[in-house]
Amino acid sequence: MDAIILQILNGLDKGSAYALIALGLTLIFGTLGVVNFAHGALFMIGAFCAVTLNRILTLSHQVVDPTRTDFLGNPMKVDVPYVFDMFGEAAGQSIIDWSVPLAILFAIPVMVLVGVIMERGLIKFFYKRPHADQILVTFGLAIVLQEIIKYYYGANPIPTPAPEAFKGSFDFGAMLGFDPNTIIYPYWRLVYFCFAALIIGAVFVFLQFTTFGMVVRAGMADRETVGLLGIDIDKRFTIMFGLAAAVAGLAGVMYAPINAPNYHMGMDFLVLSFVVVVVGGMGSLPGAVAAGFLLGILESFASMREVIAFIPGINQVIIYLVAIIILLTRPRGLMGRKGVMED
Amino acid sequence: MFGLDKKDATLLVVVAILALFAPFILNPFPEGSAMAQFNAGYPDLMQRFVIFGIFAIGFNILFGLTGYLSFGHAAFLGVGSYAAIWMMKLLTMNVIPAIIVSVIVAGLISFLVGWISLRRSGIYFSILTLAFAMMMYQLAYSDLFGQLFGGVLTGGETGLQPKVNDPRILDAALAEGATPKAHLFGLEMGASYKLAVGSWEFTFNAGYYIAAVAMLAAFYMSIRIFRSPFGLMLRSVKSNQQRVSYTGLNPRPYTLAAFVISGMYAGLAGGLLVAMDTQVGAERMFWTASGEVVIMTILGGAGTLIGPVLGSGLLKYMENILSKINKGVLEGWFSFMPDGMSDFFIAITNLFVGKQWHITTGVIFMLVIIFVPGGLVELGKRIGNLLTRKKQPNNTDGSAKAEPAE
Repeated sequence: MDAIILQILNGLDKGSAYALIALGLTLIFGTLGVVNFAHGALFMIGAFCAVTLNRILTLSHQVVDPTRTDFLGNPMKVDVPYVFDMFGEAAGQSIIDWSVPLAILFAIPVMVLVGVIMERGLIKFFYKRPHADQILVTFGLAIVLQEIIKYYYGANPIPTPAPEAFKGSFDFGAMLGFDPNTIIYPYWRLVYFCFAALIIGAVFVFLQFTTFGMVVRAGMADRETVGLLGIDIDKRFTIMFGLAAAVAGLAGVMYAPINAPNYHMGMDFLVLSFVVVVVGGMGSLPGAVAAGFLLGILESFASMREVIAFIPGINQVIIYLVAIIILLTRPRGLMGRKGVMED
Repeated sequence: MFGLDKKDATLLVVVAILALFAPFILNPFPEGSAMAQFNAGYPDLMQRFVIFGIFAIGFNILFGLTGYLSFGHAAFLGVGSYAAIWMMKLLTMNVIPAIIVSVIVAGLISFLVGWISLRRSGIYFSILTLAFAMMMYQLAYSDLFGQLFGGVLTGGETGLQPKVNDPRILDAALAEGATPKAHLFGLEMGASYKLAVGSWEFTFNAGYYIAAVAMLAAFYMSIRIFRSPFGLMLRSVKSNQQRVSYTGLNPRPYTLAAFVISGMYAGLAGGLLVAMDTQVGAERMFWTASGEVVIMTILGGAGTLIGPVLGSGLLKYMENILSKINKGVLEGWFSFMPDGMSDFFIAITNLFVGKQWHITTGVIFMLVIIFVPGGLVELGKRIGNLLTRKKQPNNTDGSAKAEPAE
C-alpha cells in the first residue's frame, strides 16, 4: 500500500507538468484550431524566465570589505548584489532565495507578451492553412526559439534552486500512519503539485464562471455565430493564446528547481504532452488534465523496480504504448468531443 | 529512355551529370583562397548530399504524393543502419549484403508501423508515427532487447562499430590491430583519387560514387512511381480520400505501399550511411532527425521530383558551411567597415552562423512555409514566370501543392 502511494506521489509532479502543458495546447487547439508545436518552447522559455530573474537579482558590484583580507594582506573585494543595497542584506538574501516563486510574477507578463506576439505575428496567418502547415511552421519556430535560448544561455543545464524553506523532504508516510521513512516526498514537488492544481482550477473557474470565459466557450462551440452576434471573438482568442502561453510558462518556471533548465527541455516535453492531449481527446480540457496526471502516474508505476524486473525498460515506452493503444481503440481519446478533428 | 518521357529523361540525365561531376561543381574556389571555405567538394559532405537525398526522395513519395505527414521516418533510417552494421559484424565487410538487408529490414518494420498508423489520418497519423519512432528510439538508446536476451543488439549509448574479432563468416580473419573497413569487392569506401589542376584540388571518392549510383537508381524509381497509375492513385488519396472510398476503392493498401516504399528508401539511406562511416548510434533516430527530413523535403518542394534532392543538398550544405563560419571569419568580412558598425553587423550575423546554424535553417524553413509552401521549386517557377511575364502560373502535375490528408 505504501509503495502504491509513493508511486502515485512520484507521478504527480511530472503529471502536473504534462497536465499544464497539455491544458495550454488543447486550449489553443480548441479556441484557434491550431496545432502548436512550439508549445514546448513556451514551457522552456518559462523555465528560463526563472533563470533570468535569478541572474538579474544576483547582479552585483564589487565592494572593498575592510574587515576581511586576502592572502596578501590586502583588503578583499566582495561581490555585493544590488538587491542588498536596495533592501538591506537580510531581505536581499531572502529575495534571492525566493527567486523562483518571484519569477512567477516576472513570467506572467513576459509569457503573455510572447504568446500574443506569436499569435498576432505568425499563427494568425495560419488559421485557414492545413494542419500540416501549422505543425511545420510552429516546428520551425520551436527550433528557432530553442536555438536562440541555447545561444544566450549555453547548452548546459542551469541549476536553479528552490527556496531554502522548501529544500529537503518530509515523511508523508508518518502523517498517514505508515511506518516512518517509507514515503518520503520532497517539499518542492508537493508545492509544484499544489501550484499546478491551483492554476488548473483557476483556468477552469475563469472559463466557467466569467463572462469572458463564457464567450470563449461559446466561440469554441461555434465561432461563426458568436462573431455574427457582434462579438470580437478573434481578440478574445488572442488573449486565450496569451493565457495558454502563460500557463505553459508558469509550468516551466516552477519546474526549474525539479529539473535544471536546458535548451532542449521544451522538445522533450512537447512530444509527451502531444501524446497526453491525444490520449485525453483533442479539444477536451478535462481530458487533457486527466490524461496528464494519469500518464504521469502510469509512468512512475512503470519505473517501479518490481515492474522493471518483470518487463525491463517498460518505463521508457509505456506512455507511447498507451497512446498507440488508445488512439487505435478510442479514436476520440478518453474524453474527446464529437466532431473535433475527426477523420 | 528507360520508359520515361522526354522531359523526365532529361531531368534524370541532368541529375546524373550533376552527380557525376559533383567533385568539380562543388569545388569552384581554389585551395587556400578566402572563398575555399565555401567549397563542398569533399567526400564526407558529398556522401551526405546524396544519402540524405535518397532519404528525402523516399519521404517525398509518402508525404508529397499522399499528404500523410510522418514524423517518425528517422526510425526507419536507424533500423536500416543497425541492420547494416550487423551484416558487417556477422557476414562480411562488403557493403552489398549490408545495404540489401538494411532495405529489407526497414521495409518490414515500416510495414508493421504503417499497418497500424495508417488506420488514422491527419494529425493523429503524425502523432502515431511520432510515438512509434520515439518508442524505437528509446528501445535502441537503452538497448532493451539486448538486455532482455543478455546480449547486445543496439549497443545503447555507445552504439555499434565493427570490431576486429567479430565473426564475419565470409571474410578472412583480420590481422590483430587492423581496422575493419567497408568495401565493395575490395574497393574501399574511403578510397579517393585526388586530381590537382592549378591551385584547385578535386577529390573523387569511391564511396561517394557508389552512393550516387544508389541515389540515381532511387531517383529513377521515384520518377517511375510518380508517373505510374499507382502514383496517380496516391495523389487522388491526397486530394480527396473520401471520394476515393466512394468509388469503391480501398485507399489503405495504396497508402501502406507508399509508406513501406518510403520506409525502404529510409533503410537504404541508413545502410549507405553505415557503409560510408561504419558506426551507428541511436541519436540518428530521435524525432528531431525525422523533423529534419520533413524540412528538407519541404524546403525543396514536397510533391515535386527534384525538390527533395535540392532540399537535402541545401540543408546539408548550410549545416556544413554555416557551422564553419566563426567570429574570426566574420571579423575578416566586416573589417572594411568602421569599428562600431562592423561590431554591430558581427553581432547580428553571429546569431546565424557557427554553432547557431540551426537558427538559420529554422528561419528559412519558416519563411518557406509562410511564403512559398511549394519550396524552392515553386520559388523557381515564380521567378521564371515573373521573368517571362506569364499571367497564369502553370501548375503541371509534377508540382501539386502540399495538402494534408484529412
